Amino acid sequence: MSAIIIMLIISVMIAGGFLIAFLWSVKDGQFDDDFSPAHRMLFDSKSKEDTKTNI
Amino acid sequence: MKEGQILNLDTECYHCGDGFSGRPIRFDDKNFCCDGCKSVYSILNKSDLCEYYDINAQPGITQKKYRKDKFAFLDLIEVQQKLIKYSDTNQVHLTFYLPQMHCSSCLWLLENIQKLNSGIISSTVNFNKKEVFIIFHPDVTSLRKVVETLADIGYEPHISLDDLDRKQTLRPNRTRLYKIGVAGFCFSNVMMLSVPEYVLGAGELEPEIALVFNILKVSLAIPILFYSASEFFVSAWKGLKHKFLNIDAPIALALIVTFGRSLYELLSGTGEGYLDSMSGIVFFMLIGRWLQDRTQQAVSFDRDFKSFFPIAVNVLKDGTSTPTTVDKIREGDLIQIHSQEIIPVDGMLSKGEAMIDYSFVSGESVPVSVAKGEIVYAGGKQTGGKIELLVVKEVSQSYLTNLWNKEVDASENDNTIIDTISTYFTYIVFIIGALAGAYWYMNGETRLMWNALTTILIVACPCALLLSSNFTNGNILRILSLNKFYLRSPKIIEKMSNISHVVFDKTGTLTQRRRSKVTYEGQILNKEIQNKITAILSQYSHPLTDAILEYLECTPDFEVTDFKLIEGKGVEAWVDEHHFKIGSPEFLGLKNDTIKGSKVVVGIDGEIKGIFHISNVYRFGIFDLIQKMKDTFKLSVISGDNDAEWQVLKEYFDKDDLLFYQKPDDKLKYIEHLQNNSSANVMMIGDGLNDAGALRQSNVGIAITDSDNTFTPASDGIIDAQRIANLDKFLAFAKDGRKIIGVSFFVSILYNIVGLYFAVQGILSPLIAAILMPSSSISIILITYGMSEWMAKYRGLTKIKSKV
Repeated sequence: MSAIIIMLIISVMIAGGFLIAFLWSVKDGQFDDDFSPAHRMLFDSKSKEDTKTNI
Repeated sequence: MKEGQILNLDTECYHCGDGFSGRPIRFDDKNFCCDGCKSVYSILNKSDLCEYYDINAQPGITQKKYRKDKFAFLDLIEVQQKLIKYSDTNQVHLTFYLPQMHCSSCLWLLENIQKLNSGIISSTVNFNKKEVFIIFHPDVTSLRKVVETLADIGYEPHISLDDLDRKQTLRPNRTRLYKIGVAGFCFSNVMMLSVPEYVLGAGELEPEIALVFNILKVSLAIPILFYSASEFFVSAWKGLKHKFLNIDAPIALALIVTFGRSLYELLSGTGEGYLDSMSGIVFFMLIGRWLQDRTQQAVSFDRDFKSFFPIAVNVLKDGTSTPTTVDKIREGDLIQIHSQEIIPVDGMLSKGEAMIDYSFVSGESVPVSVAKGEIVYAGGKQTGGKIELLVVKEVSQSYLTNLWNKEVDASENDNTIIDTISTYFTYIVFIIGALAGAYWYMNGETRLMWNALTTILIVACPCALLLSSNFTNGNILRILSLNKFYLRSPKIIEKMSNISHVVFDKTGTLTQRRRSKVTYEGQILNKEIQNKITAILSQYSHPLTDAILEYLECTPDFEVTDFKLIEGKGVEAWVDEHHFKIGSPEFLGLKNDTIKGSKVVVGIDGEIKGIFHISNVYRFGIFDLIQKMKDTFKLSVISGDNDAEWQVLKEYFDKDDLLFYQKPDDKLKYIEHLQNNSSANVMMIGDGLNDAGALRQSNVGIAITDSDNTFTPASDGIIDAQRIANLDKFLAFAKDGRKIIGVSFFVSILYNIVGLYFAVQGILSPLIAAILMPSSSISIILITYGMSEWMAKYRGLTKIKSKV
């Protein structure tokens, strides 16, 4: 009986973790531009410089 | 962008992919169409950035050289302050809008720009908004140098007067995504907590567990109602304040009733409530709205004249020229305008030869020559050399600004068909509710009465109606934008489906900008004479002579003596002991016959040899389009230009529907006349500022653009010139959209009837609601998406490659 409640709390917490991850990614601007990141990762970087300095 | 095509590097420029107009320029074993393209290549080559050409073939943009001190105004502190977002001693942050950005090569190059300018610390591209965010070191480089670096490689940032007035661009609206995230989380958990009740039936759970479940359900439903669904309440309240029942009003009511009733059931222990259905509906509706409102971020529909104006011009004072921002220019200042610059103020010509291209303001396709002492109006573009103007009116009072301010403020009628239907829908639901309630009251069943009343409101929520319009419009907008036809808002689709009359502008809309066709009539000119004419006409630049030069394709090797240019008429010169006179018919002593067109007459030693006719080139497929549209729509042409093209156009249009010499004001009045007298729904298609008034007055105003980086006046939609021939399909597709909404609405009514069947009897259980509501939502989504895709295929609008 109480096992169900513990499971429930854990499951809601896990789902809550995903919610926070989603909100964080939105806040970080990951959904603002769906073109650049997808193509950026395909470029071979000949240079050692890090070109992915994000805002 | 050109994938799948066989590259022909013998006939196309390695950098930009344009054909060659003359002999290509060879460099590093590659062909280039112009010096600009070659110099971009050599810059990239030097810095080992040629990977640019490997990612996409011919990714460049035809490059024009810019004047040496064109960006001098960026050294002004007040300009810098407006553009820079953040700065300290080590770094400066700012964002540029680069309309030229179009493919992954651009992305790569712009993010590797620090190789070209070591002062740039980092650059990050936002492709959707065509923006680049740059951080640079103020000690190593300067704002001006950064802009010059960008301009050198063909990405000149667009910096206009608009940027000075406005704050930096707003961040994209992320609120809806937050709301969707929260709604999705709460919905899925409420659903999970409800499953035991569905399986076991109400009251079968152990009381302690049921209590925990119920507390959790309510606490999960609260953020949905008060946070995720808040926009429905706000919008409903706004509508009610204006005594207008929009579609959000019944939805807001249904949400409140559902929540209230569920709360009552859970507290009194009489049932398990409908919180699961409520959460699901909010989640689906938010997704629908998000899909519908995902408009093109890079396309701006609200540009006013300020976006077209330069940010600064050179003011001459005591012989030295200093760059000054346009809003600081005062009456009596002396300003310098260079070739190809737009004039931001009304001024009197005091020095230089002015050839002003007013095509943007008036639609006139041929530049006007202005004599010294005459007024040059703002918005014109200088096509001759450098000129000096004495400012007569400041930018805020210029003719163009007045023209803009005079325009109608089209009072938008927001009442869409969905709102109308939902109003009726709401009344019908109220009537059903009242009848059912009254029936049970008469029978003395008060508990059933409340049951019936509330469940009717719950189940008959017009959410399905909202979903069907949101998903259909969202998908139509998406398909149209793949076809390079961008609409300002989903409402325009509905307006497009009602169009009965289509009005075209001529210059730049039916015809191509800056391209003309030359035909020759008269005595045959031998190679030698052609060569001599070329020698004379090469002496100066004018659109008509440029067109003839291109037509003759000669390299001159004759010496021209006694060259005399008579502005606005023609030229006289001696070549090889012969006297040449080339110019307008009047200049050669001919009577200009009925139709005034663009003609250049050639006379040698007093004898007329022949006439060059220079006419507009029509856009590809435009006449097919007109033939196809003729039966369904009334069509007109309204042009600010002369009637030279009357002969051609009368074949396709009714004579009464061809109007020439129309001022911007006349265009607006014509549209108004059509709307009032023949109560037509007018679509106006135009390109310039001269059409701006008409575009706003019309029911749907569409601006046409030649490439992604030209600027269009404020409009309801923007169409790529290459795709104008598909206009009939777009209009038909908009009509299909209405049918799709109709069909899905019909389906949602069926679901509603089933739901109401249970509800009026007072026996709508949460389980039935939980099955009915999500399944109606999902089937609506499938129907709208499937049908709009199918219709797009049927209309031939899907076989379009994406832009990359």
